[in-house]
Amino acid sequence: MKPSKILPQALTLLFIVLIFGFFTMNAQVNMENRGIEFGFGFLKQEASFDIQFSLIEYDGSHSYARAYLVGLLNTLLVAFIGIILSTLLGIVVGIARLSPNYLIKKAAGFYVELFRNIPLLLQIFFWYFAALRALPMPEDANLLLGSSFMTIKGFYTPAPVWQNFDIFFTTLILALILIFFVNRYAKKKQEEEGKQLPKFLISVCIFVGLPLITFLSGGFDLSFSFPELKQLAKTSYTYEGGMGIPPELIALTIALTLYTATFIAENVRAGIQGIGKGQKEAAASVGLTPAQVLKLVIMPQALRIIIPPTTNQYLNLTKNSSLAAAIAYPDLVLVFAGTAMMQTGRAIEIVAITMATYLSISLTISIFMNWYNKSIAIKEK
Amino acid sequence: MKKINFLKPDNNNLSFFLILGTLFFILGITDFSLNNFLDKNITFFLPRYINFFTPLIFGVIGLHFIRIEFSGIKQLEILNKNINTNNFNAAFSLFIIFLLIFCIPPLLNWFIFDANISGNTKEACTGSGACWVYIKVWFNRFMYGMYPNAEQWRVNLSFTIVLAFVGIGFFMPAKYRKYLTFYYTIFLPIISFLLIYYLISGGSFGLVWVETGAWGGLSLTFIVSFFCLIFCFPIGMMLALGRRSDLPAIKYSSLSFIEFWRGVPLITVLFMSAVMFPMFLPDGTYMDKLIRVIIAITLFEAAYVAEVIRGGLQALPRGQYDAAKSLGMGYWKLHLLVILPQALKLVIPGIANTFLALVKDTPLILVVGLLELAGMLGIAKTNPEWLGFSMEGYVFAAMIFWIICYSMSRYSQNLEIKYKTDR
Repeated sequence: MKPSKILPQALTLLFIVLIFGFFTMNAQVNMENRGIEFGFGFLKQEASFDIQFSLIEYDGSHSYARAYLVGLLNTLLVAFIGIILSTLLGIVVGIARLSPNYLIKKAAGFYVELFRNIPLLLQIFFWYFAALRALPMPEDANLLLGSSFMTIKGFYTPAPVWQNFDIFFTTLILALILIFFVNRYAKKKQEEEGKQLPKFLISVCIFVGLPLITFLSGGFDLSFSFPELKQLAKTSYTYEGGMGIPPELIALTIALTLYTATFIAENVRAGIQGIGKGQKEAAASVGLTPAQVLKLVIMPQALRIIIPPTTNQYLNLTKNSSLAAAIAYPDLVLVFAGTAMMQTGRAIEIVAITMATYLSISLTISIFMNWYNKSIAIKEK
Repeated sequence: MKKINFLKPDNNNLSFFLILGTLFFILGITDFSLNNFLDKNITFFLPRYINFFTPLIFGVIGLHFIRIEFSGIKQLEILNKNINTNNFNAAFSLFIIFLLIFCIPPLLNWFIFDANISGNTKEACTGSGACWVYIKVWFNRFMYGMYPNAEQWRVNLSFTIVLAFVGIGFFMPAKYRKYLTFYYTIFLPIISFLLIYYLISGGSFGLVWVETGAWGGLSLTFIVSFFCLIFCFPIGMMLALGRRSDLPAIKYSSLSFIEFWRGVPLITVLFMSAVMFPMFLPDGTYMDKLIRVIIAITLFEAAYVAEVIRGGLQALPRGQYDAAKSLGMGYWKLHLLVILPQALKLVIPGIANTFLALVKDTPLILVVGLLELAGMLGIAKTNPEWLGFSMEGYVFAAMIFWIICYSMSRYSQNLEIKYKTDR
């Protein structure tokens, strides 16, 4: 190897080693001075703080590890809802931006330019502190859709109460497997004979029908528990029963969805515009309807352009969900890097765990999206 | 009169269809406006579920009648082509028109007609609209944070000087153009740092010392984003070159650096700079929180800039490298004179987006207790004398950020067109 290649590498490595060595040494000295020992044993200790909103059973007597899990699940919940909603909205707006209808085009453009250029944190604050605070108190709330309440303390909606949930779950899985085979059969049929089966209709029928049959035959039972107004003190009311969605989650979901959807819409628009006009004209000339042209010709090709930048947006959304800490939605950052760190004082371990968690979430999403991207890429023969 | 086919309006009965269509259209709009503003329903005799849609039905019928091909009236042709190509489209157009009628008057009322702007106390806000008095009273705080009122000229002066220096770069005579990069990446940061250190921070030359904790408001947003912008660009460039290097040690250290920063949210990076980083410094040394935050954001954004620049480097054809090498250029000469100028031109939109993201990320520094605009809004909102005006505050901040970000994105679009070269 030439010295001109070894020298810069050696210098880089030396620099990195020196920096890390300097930091570790200082950290050791500092921790010794403060009497902290490095280690992850604290995760097993009792957390002794409460979390407002939790998907799994949790109270103060559980461990820090459990609190971490609660925060992680809450983060994943927001990210999951946000990704689905923003994708739907983004696709609609992206297509609307290319509509021949002047009003639709301008309205979509207005939405994108407005929400894209305002910091996400301000949007979250706006929805949480300004918009949702204008909602009525629980005792004054009006009925929505017959059985739900939108109040300043959150959204209350009937919760399903299951009997024999496992049977229902099995039928759902069964339906999904059946749909998979029907679609394969339909594809085969189309390739061999050129006949198109109403795939979508059949799938919906199976998905709704199969559970319905088991329900009617008494296989499982479904009832709803309705939210009811309950007086806590003279002027303090709340709802009991049903499912309560806290306002923090609502504000966060709205803000994340509206913000990220603008970027996804731009990706969708760029993707559709990236497909040559000839494709559209050729498809129209063989007699496809505009909807068919979009679904069968444009979208499959445009997806190849759309997917990579949209993956980045999904990653951004997941990382941005950490802004939840600013409005006290108990996500990973608030619960773990906030409360737990204040209580234990273990800054290094906790920040490291939090960062590692986000890194692995990001990695998982990008691996999944890369796999999906590969599966729709052009397969050259 | 010729035979009239209501299902297919044609040119023969042009005026009849026009009048009928316009009538129905106006009926639809009137119905909606009456419902909306006067709470009167002219179609109350119909069942409720039909009643709700009557404006839309009237409007669609009206638009159907005026959808006449080859009418010879230019305005009508334009209208039909743009918002009225078929019934489906007409329904969408009407929906948006109704939405505008529904939204704009209340918004205008809130923003302008019912708003209060005179006066200096909360009691001046009597209308049902926005209370701009609140913004007026708190304006200084929103702009300068807790910076003492008497000293605010120092902030203004430094910003003016920095702006002037940036402007000089724009109008630099062609003779000195080659030093422009040097000017922007080395000279300007030093000047700005000196200004901030001596003028805004003070402590010498008879100026009162103002600690960084008191800095805040929009000026802090500008300071943080300005320094991060200036520093993250060269670092990102080095990282991008490092990631494409042939030397494995440099390549993989750049790669892991980039992937690490891109994989974590900014908020945890800020937490790290606030609570974890002091543990890594020698005992007794103290680094100002603002500097720590600026370093954190710079490194964070540099990773994103690096990825954008890498995209530009990858887009260049191999021939450019080969041609430059055949002229006997070394690594640095090749990159600085041939590759980077072309690559950077390609990635102007990406860089602009990253910078926009940076500006939009700066409000986050409030989680470590630096009160820029969003942070000051939080303080003003909880002030007992001014409770209940959070809406005005957030709308005001959103407008300011919107103006900054929108003009930045327009400017980048102009740059893109200006530097576009056919390849």
